[in-house]
Amino acid sequence: MTDRALAVVRAGALTTVQDLGRPGHAHLGVPRSGALDAPAAALVNRLVGNRPGAAVLETTLTGCAVRPRSDVTVAVGGAPCAVTVDGRPAAWGAPVRVPAGALLEAGPARAGVRSYLGVCGGIAVEPVLGSRSTDLLSGLGPVPLTDGAVLPLGTPGGPPARVDAAPQPAPPAELVLRVTPGPRDDWFTGRALREFTSRTYRVSAASNRIGLRTEGPALERARSGELPSEGMVLGAVQVPPDGRPVVFLADHPTTGGYPVIAVVRSADLPAAAQAVPGTPVRFVAVRRR
Amino acid sequence: MRVLPVGDTALLVEVASGEEAQALHAELVRRRAEGSLTVREIVPAARTVLLDGLANPGGVAAGLRAAEVPPAPPQPETVVRIPVRYDGPDLADVAAHWGVSPHDVARIHAGTEFRVAFCGFAPGFGYLTGLPPRYHVPRRATPRTAVPAGAVALAGPYTGVYPRSSPGGWQLIGRTDAVLWDHTRVPAALLAPGTRVRFVPRAEVPAP
Repeated sequence: MTDRALAVVRAGALTTVQDLGRPGHAHLGVPRSGALDAPAAALVNRLVGNRPGAAVLETTLTGCAVRPRSDVTVAVGGAPCAVTVDGRPAAWGAPVRVPAGALLEAGPARAGVRSYLGVCGGIAVEPVLGSRSTDLLSGLGPVPLTDGAVLPLGTPGGPPARVDAAPQPAPPAELVLRVTPGPRDDWFTGRALREFTSRTYRVSAASNRIGLRTEGPALERARSGELPSEGMVLGAVQVPPDGRPVVFLADHPTTGGYPVIAVVRSADLPAAAQAVPGTPVRFVAVRRR
Repeated sequence: MRVLPVGDTALLVEVASGEEAQALHAELVRRRAEGSLTVREIVPAARTVLLDGLANPGGVAAGLRAAEVPPAPPQPETVVRIPVRYDGPDLADVAAHWGVSPHDVARIHAGTEFRVAFCGFAPGFGYLTGLPPRYHVPRRATPRTAVPAGAVALAGPYTGVYPRSSPGGWQLIGRTDAVLWDHTRVPAALLAPGTRVRFVPRAEVPAP
């Protein structure tokens, strides 16, 4: 076996391989998937000299630890966390040289949810439909990391970036999501539409890569009956029968039968990926561009 | 035709029937192939077609509202044949609902030509239309926590085949060894929107 590989020592609560996802297959029922905090994934790739489409590791709350079998450059970004190499502190948000056999650990998130670990050469698991992303809804791509797994690495590209630290947005203390109404806002009462954009929701602990679930006032429908299944976009705010809005994230189903009251601006979704359970959420209506 | 904006880069085009949605889907795929429509995703569904990843949704919407959608193009020549053993656990319930024997359920189902109206739920799961309205059945009151891969099932106006084991609330009438989804195969999905499908009985069904 090549020594261009990472051994997984501590997989953490949920660590997956993610890249830019597999758009273009929604008509076959295949979600787009990909890194939830795409700017953070792009940044760690830049820091280690990878192309933007290289696959990285996305952790969830508890971080992960890996042992490279050859000398590698890594960078950890996204949710702030302690970074250590064989127990010694290393930089977060900057390239770090890790010798072969050393233990690289990204600690639990100090704030936010998802940290990103980029490795020079990228994680080189076999792509599925052009992407190495783990899709938790449909089970495409590599399975989530397990202790003892070994991940192949690609050939390093350019040199690592020359930076001391790269600025990254802080995880949101309050999540403000700009939304454009529709396409099914007419399925809700005027009161529900006002409540949706004036009351404060909270991020539910049931949130995952499929959707950001919320707790708060239940939105009342203006009509009963069922909506025939229709195509769903990233950022769609779907309202199931319990009336609590769900914001569709990267692993969302491609068709669905609950009405979409509004759609979140894609620029606001990376912050949604970093909002811990309990974070206040406000939906702010904006004009269509 | 109603064209509804979806966020800033998508449109949901709503039409009157499933047949119109299939015709519109075919026309939009044709326009993309000839280069007059640039779009990332074209997702047909029950009464709609979603266009996602548009640079200029306003212009596309205006063009769609003004356009005549030609009727669905001729059916594709090829018919995908799916061998089925009609021995599902809900066969008797479906027979009772239809007011026929279980054997007749198999005969009627296998005698119908289906068409994939749209996909969703799981990669390679097609919603197949073709059964006349009198054979439409409700979903099960309590969904199963695990439906085996290859289960042939009915719900509402649709027939489907589970590509892999998953929870599900459809009525199970049979099973197939056909591989609905294989990402190492080209194409990965056996059933894509527009595909013609026939089910072929594999063995004797239980006597009524």
